[in-house]
Amino acid sequence: MILNQILFYFFALLAIGSAILMVTRRNIVHSAVFLISTLLATAGIFLQLQAEFLFVVQIILYVGGIMVLFVFVIMLVNLDVALRQIQFNRQKYVAAVLAVVLTAQVFFALWVVRGDPNLTKSADKMPVRNTEAIGDAIFQHYMLPFEIASVLLLVAMIGAVVMAKRRV
Amino acid sequence: MIPTEAYLILSLALFTIGVVGVLTRRNVIIVLMSIELILNAVNINLVAFSRHFGSVDGQVFAIFIITDAAAEAAIGLGIILAFFRNRETVLADEMDMLKW
Amino acid sequence: MGHLIPSSIAPYVLPVVYAVVIVAVLPLLAGYIVLLERKVMADMQARLGPMRVGPHGLLQPIADAVKLLLKEDIIPANADKLMFWMAPLVSVTMALLAYAALPIGPAFQIADLNVGLLFILGISSLGIYGIVLGGWASNSHYSLLGALRSAAQLVSYETAAGLGLVSALLLAGSLSMKEIVQAQYDQGTWFIFSVPVGFFIYMVGSIAETNRAPFDLPEAESELVAGYMTEYSGFRWSLYFLAEYANMIIVAGIATTLFLGGWLRPFARWHDHFPGTSLEFFDVIPSLVFLAAAAYCFYLAPKQPVQIQKIVMAAFGAACLLLAGAMAAALFASPAVMAGIHGAFWFMAKVVAYLYGFLWFRFTFPRYRFDQLMRLGWRFLIPLALVNVIDVGIAIILRQELGWSPFWAMLLMTLVTLGVAMWLASEGAKPATTLQPADTEI
Repeated sequence: MILNQILFYFFALLAIGSAILMVTRRNIVHSAVFLISTLLATAGIFLQLQAEFLFVVQIILYVGGIMVLFVFVIMLVNLDVALRQIQFNRQKYVAAVLAVVLTAQVFFALWVVRGDPNLTKSADKMPVRNTEAIGDAIFQHYMLPFEIASVLLLVAMIGAVVMAKRRV
Repeated sequence: MIPTEAYLILSLALFTIGVVGVLTRRNVIIVLMSIELILNAVNINLVAFSRHFGSVDGQVFAIFIITDAAAEAAIGLGIILAFFRNRETVLADEMDMLKW
Repeated sequence: MGHLIPSSIAPYVLPVVYAVVIVAVLPLLAGYIVLLERKVMADMQARLGPMRVGPHGLLQPIADAVKLLLKEDIIPANADKLMFWMAPLVSVTMALLAYAALPIGPAFQIADLNVGLLFILGISSLGIYGIVLGGWASNSHYSLLGALRSAAQLVSYETAAGLGLVSALLLAGSLSMKEIVQAQYDQGTWFIFSVPVGFFIYMVGSIAETNRAPFDLPEAESELVAGYMTEYSGFRWSLYFLAEYANMIIVAGIATTLFLGGWLRPFARWHDHFPGTSLEFFDVIPSLVFLAAAAYCFYLAPKQPVQIQKIVMAAFGAACLLLAGAMAAALFASPAVMAGIHGAFWFMAKVVAYLYGFLWFRFTFPRYRFDQLMRLGWRFLIPLALVNVIDVGIAIILRQELGWSPFWAMLLMTLVTLGVAMWLASEGAKPATTLQPADTEI
């Protein structure tokens, strides 16, 4: 129980700290590395929520696939002059206002339901065999979104090849 | 057991940081990375509620979101590469001509 | 002993002990695999290999380790210091982390995850960052080019290797490594005999995953100097080296667990097929192997030229005798202990056999050029792996729904897959019909 809490706070602080560092770094490669660390912390949170299949899917797809793509492109477009340019545009105040508004919204929602046991009682009981349960759900109830997702990936593949192809 | 509210607050924090990143950075690649951060925050939210209700539907939706994020990152980075080859810049402020 | 450990930390004691043992033993094991590679290379090239340091070169890894530790640490000018320091650490950490889910015997596994196989695959794919960040942080053109090529190669063959594993997973029915070995026991055959094409795809994929010949273009000496490792020297280089050999042992471990029966003895269920007979004499083989090794060491000991080498050789002989005694003593212990110790022996024997295959290929095949490598990965292995998965699925349906015998179902679908493989290979051998200017910039 205490290990559960230690792990949660460790991963949560790692995720938030890495995220803040990611959006403030001047060097893009450092930002990419901090995003990788945020994604790994998120995977830890998934494991802690007893979602083990999502934990490995996050590591294989997000960290091992999408971020490798990001790092490749960063190294192909890396400009040394970029390190000396201005990093932030002039929308800082709009962003701050928006952040405050979002935070207020969520805290308001949490405050409204704080006394209601119907809404705040957590089941905390997951199917024991997580991968099999996800497999059952995807291939029985969510078959149509699954097929649409595969068509989406096909479109993305064709689009990426066409966009990045060098026109000779 | 960690209450679901804790996960919601974590998800809110990551979401807010991602939104601030999208709005304030000039470098388009970092904007894309902040979008990935927003999608991850949403994933944490979904999986927390999946545990809250005891069903895997939230996790299935999170898998679809990860798939979607992969597709979007691939196309976005392809566009950035194509733009960089023509204009030698990745700063959003300098991508301001619709036709030249 | 149970009541000396408080119950709150009791479940964590044994895994921590296993983890410490693995982290302590692995550098030594990797060093001796390097020595094995040099001896095998020498044997295939009709020479002797390292013979000076220790009898027959048996202490060479220790000399190499001492040299690497004492070398000067050079950091290139204008290198990104944080990344330069971090990249080998990432490689080694991911290589060692994958051992958490690898079962070296029925009792020797740090964590039996429900998704163990995917965990090992995912952590292995994180090793790419050590390569890419190391190449970029070196601030050198050769390093960056080698790193990008190596990462592209790893990402391409990861898909093919994973699909090769899926074909065996369809038969196993679970992602947990223990249950996969249990399924091979239940079905009575190792999966290499059920899905040989899957094994072939995984083997080729794993050779490319670990940057070994014939896919070692990114780090071959005659190519880009040493690729991403060019600017690393001394201890940092030895970390990359350790990561590469640890990766080799991991992929050998995965292949052993999925295809070669894990810790199962050959003919583990002989008495089921042929009741009344038993091949229990197979259980004596571990002790016999170590006894033979001890006898060879004692035979060679008086022939060494130098006194100290005689003593070291005799010490190796005594160590082999001790191990032979341990294997024999395990025969008389409880079945769980015997299964544990003999299981570990059979697992390591299969891993060494698989790694011997790696070493053999290195000194037999010429190197692939980078575009040939990518073409092989994307246009031969991945379509073949997909067709293989479909065919294994059809074979399972033939077996379960139509009631064919497993042997004929698998044989038929293996022949179909081999036909597709031959067609794909003939497609690849045709020259490209249109003149394509090179539109890849890596």
